[in-house]
Amino acid sequence: MSDELRAAVAAGVLGSEDQYRALLQSIVDVARAIFKAKASSILLLDEETDELVFEAAADEASEALIGKRFPSSTGIAGFVLVSRQPLVIEDVLTDPRFSRETAESTGFVPKGLMAVPLLHEERVLGVLEVLDRPSDTRFTLAEMELLGLFANQAAIALDLLQRARRAHEALRGDGELEVISRLAEKLEGRREEGAEGALRLLAELERLL
Amino acid sequence: MSEELPAWSLSAEAAESIALPEEWPGEVTREWAWGGATGGGARVCVLDSGVETDHPLVGQVQRSVALSIEGDEVIVEDNDTAGDLCGHGTACAGVIRSLAPDCELVSVRVLGAGYTGSGAVLLEGLRWAIEQGYDVINMSLSTTKQKFASLLHELADTAYFRRTMLVASAHNMPVESYPWRFSSVISVGSHEQEDPYAYYYNPAPPVEFFARGVDVEVAWNGGGRLVCTGNSFATPHIAGIAALVLSKHPELTPFQLKSLLYLTATNVGGGK
Repeated sequence: MSDELRAAVAAGVLGSEDQYRALLQSIVDVARAIFKAKASSILLLDEETDELVFEAAADEASEALIGKRFPSSTGIAGFVLVSRQPLVIEDVLTDPRFSRETAESTGFVPKGLMAVPLLHEERVLGVLEVLDRPSDTRFTLAEMELLGLFANQAAIALDLLQRARRAHEALRGDGELEVISRLAEKLEGRREEGAEGALRLLAELERLL
Repeated sequence: MSEELPAWSLSAEAAESIALPEEWPGEVTREWAWGGATGGGARVCVLDSGVETDHPLVGQVQRSVALSIEGDEVIVEDNDTAGDLCGHGTACAGVIRSLAPDCELVSVRVLGAGYTGSGAVLLEGLRWAIEQGYDVINMSLSTTKQKFASLLHELADTAYFRRTMLVASAHNMPVESYPWRFSSVISVGSHEQEDPYAYYYNPAPPVEFFARGVDVEVAWNGGGRLVCTGNSFATPHIAGIAALVLSKHPELTPFQLKSLLYLTATNVGGGK
């Protein structure tokens, strides 16, 4: 089987953008709950434009955030991305250059911020942020470790999302191969109900070819 | 950086000429290591996002330089007036200043121009700082890019042999990044205590020392202050103490300085 055909079949069963988004959403939802925080979000680095893009957010204004972009050197998230060091900051409002514009454009200006780089192998894929954990408790290194564990999970999910996007991107415009991709996707989707009929039909098709 | 290459041997006559200028006491104490020192004469470089000059917690910054790369050319902007593009470098400088009030502080900005190319700028910034012969370089950053590892390793060794102590943040997460993993640098992680002079030697490296890194009140942009957590802030604690030691014992090599930090660590002989 050629690489293109293999990619077409893989793209069909790889999972859809929606499924990976759901996984990212679940990670920020859990992160927010575990840290008892007001909000949490995942930002993906778009290397082509050198921008950070909101991919998932757990807070009141989450829907509106998705897809928002800002330069990769902006604010605390930008620093975490470039330095690859996690940072925990209490009371960011006293920092006048804390990227207030960015924060305001998201409809939420935090007081405290935990930001951690999403590292996959040697690449940095983005940043996970947890905003406004309860300020009456002292931050501990155990929390830092927990944040790292979430970051690891989020990085794996982001990597899968990017792979799926690339596979679908590669197929775009290739009508013939896309049929195979869709076929693979449908077969995968019918597993539970049984796909005997469809498989028999394909066997007939194979005989004809 | 090219080095002159002498023959590496020691003749009987030469052995006398390399006697140490100052003998170490039988029991090395913190009092001997930096008692009475204020950091005067020690030159400390903060390789970071820039440093805000005249911040009340930072005071005077003797020199501010910014590095960038355009095409194949490395551009060194002396008298960089952009200050600190994030606040992080100012935070590190403030911690060093709090421990070594009279040391000379130099800012080398290698961050701020966006993500792309940041690894290469970091490398060139470090190379430039080593060429200047600073006593201590504080590096609260790292790169995960494998292609920079061998070059950074070479630079870290060059610094070590030129008597420049590179103090680098370990990663807060279990990932491979550089240069903190190299044995020619001092790598620093965080402990949770509030004492800025409490530091621990780790008998199970690669992280060699732990210093204060949780809920640290640091300087931030606009003359502000923030409470921050991260190995980024533990690192300048060790850099500051190193500056104190080197201001009192400027003849020490990085090997001797590291040994001295071990002997005076809180879990070894510290507190005496």
